[in-house]
Amino acid sequence: MNYPHTCCLPIPTDPAVQLKLHQDLPSGCSFQTPVTLQEIMFKNYYTAFLTIRVRQHTSTHTPAKWVTCLRDYCLMPDPHSEEGAQEYVSLFKHQMLCDMAQVLELRLILRQPSPLWLSFTVEELQIFQQGPKSPSMTFPKWLSHPVPCEQPTPLLEGLPDPSRVSSEVQQMWALTEMIRASHTSTRIGRFDVDGCYDLNLLSYT
Amino acid sequence: MGSWEKRILKSLNSMCTELSIPLARKRPVGEQKELLNKWNEMGTDEPDLSLFRPVYAPKDFLEVLINLRNPNYESGDSLSFRTHLGLIQVPLKVKDIPELKEFFVELGLTTGQLGIDDSTQVPPELFENEHVRIGQKVLTEQDSAAAQQYIRQGSPTALRAELWALILNISSHPEDILYYEQLKTNVIQHDLLVDSLIYKDVKLTASNDDYYFVFEDYLYQVLLCFSRDTSVLSHFAYNSASPPKSYIRGKLGLEEYAVFYPPNGVIPFHGFSMYVAPLCFLYHEPSKLYQIFREMYVRFFFRLHSISSHPSGIVSLCLLFETLLQTYLPQLFYHLREIGAQPLRISFKWMVRAFSGYLATDQLLLLWDRILGYNSLEILAVLAAAVFAFRAVNLMEVTSLAAAEAVLADLSTLKVMPLLQIFLFATVT
Repeated sequence: MNYPHTCCLPIPTDPAVQLKLHQDLPSGCSFQTPVTLQEIMFKNYYTAFLTIRVRQHTSTHTPAKWVTCLRDYCLMPDPHSEEGAQEYVSLFKHQMLCDMAQVLELRLILRQPSPLWLSFTVEELQIFQQGPKSPSMTFPKWLSHPVPCEQPTPLLEGLPDPSRVSSEVQQMWALTEMIRASHTSTRIGRFDVDGCYDLNLLSYT
Repeated sequence: MGSWEKRILKSLNSMCTELSIPLARKRPVGEQKELLNKWNEMGTDEPDLSLFRPVYAPKDFLEVLINLRNPNYESGDSLSFRTHLGLIQVPLKVKDIPELKEFFVELGLTTGQLGIDDSTQVPPELFENEHVRIGQKVLTEQDSAAAQQYIRQGSPTALRAELWALILNISSHPEDILYYEQLKTNVIQHDLLVDSLIYKDVKLTASNDDYYFVFEDYLYQVLLCFSRDTSVLSHFAYNSASPPKSYIRGKLGLEEYAVFYPPNGVIPFHGFSMYVAPLCFLYHEPSKLYQIFREMYVRFFFRLHSISSHPSGIVSLCLLFETLLQTYLPQLFYHLREIGAQPLRISFKWMVRAFSGYLATDQLLLLWDRILGYNSLEILAVLAAAVFAFRAVNLMEVTSLAAAEAVLADLSTLKVMPLLQIFLFATVT
């Protein structure tokens, strides 16, 4: 039997959440100004299915309607068993059915059809809004249009061919890089401290 | 820290204080020389181990698992569709037979198997010759993934050592041999309390076993070094347990002087040496034997003695075993329960040891082939259920736990592959 369970969610106090909540409601939260949501993160506690509805700001004076942006998202593949029951979950904008722009209010509807669990909820709820877009860069011209090769200066007497020297140096450099890269990660791990392994009894913390 | 882990630490600490033996002691030079000379025959030593007792035995661990409860789980007194009639009360998801048939599809009736289709009555041209030829090809190509797929049908005896090494990614570079020698030096320099536990375990289990007593010296050489190997600590990243910690004497609480004990973080329990013993049939060079064992431990064996919800963890294996029995042999399950012989009480020790010491060695190696091939320990639970199914007729007639234990005491004549095949693919459900 499905029965939607609305429950009190803790207000996120983590500074990572940059949203100012207008007020916290028993089943979600509302925002002072319309925001664009990027990501919703939480820790599950025995909720089987999650539905999220949002109320978006409309430019006209029509009352904003509730829109479902996530319908019966499955958190526990088998509601009767432990799998997924205490997982950390992240939900992103692109997983939603509607555009997450101009959100005023958010409501989470949790379902757990199995009679086996005493309670179910979501914890450590965090909501992130879209960060500022990085400004597009214009590249300097010389990066996209490399200068054509210059004529090499004529060889001086008695000196080796610079291009041969350069290729040999490059080979040597490649060899040293190879040796450095193949440095084995096998360490002879020390378990003592400066040769001493005289111990107290084992600690319980 | 879990209460089970605390119990183990308390047990070790009290052994320390009661016997007035330090957790670790630097050996005097004379003793170091003596041990170095005796390195290849440590089995001839007869130290007085009477005062040492194993930190725990499988049956203690079973009691802990039986008492695992989920505080959010509605376990009312009334029977419901999900009442657990077995000993495990944690609702983990386990595979049923249709899912197991899919998972273990290569064990099906129409696929050739070593352990079945290489018996003397079957002409080798039908399967065995070709299978050996493919095995040699896999080894020539040094293809680890192909080896893992290949070994699901069993490994020819002659190729097994190399195939396992290929699947486990073990190759003996000079630095690996050097690493082993360094561990040996650590053993020579420091004497640990857990060494006595290892000695005691080997003497009580492997040395008493007809098949394994010849390998006694190898077992010390592997297990003593294993305790000093700090690289094993990295497996705690995916193990829910944590390594025991202590401080250098006089520096209690100072983090720069915090160390793990033993250095590899693993406290051996009664029967631990049986994880190593079967490998001695395959590898005779100590550093290679050591590497293979270490890799087998951090991939598989640690799951058999730590508490987690992993599908190959011991809790899931127990639940899988009980569920299979309840679903497909309900009469037998009910009967055993009624006479006070919960099946898991008998099969637990088989699974914790991955059947080492219970099956004949050739059968055990065929079983461990499949553990490697499927990268899962679930086959242990399936085999345990298959054994009960095989002896069901006798078990239905017993009237006590002791009698049930007697029926299942000797597994040395069993052929594992036919048992598994019949249970999964040929039993009418």
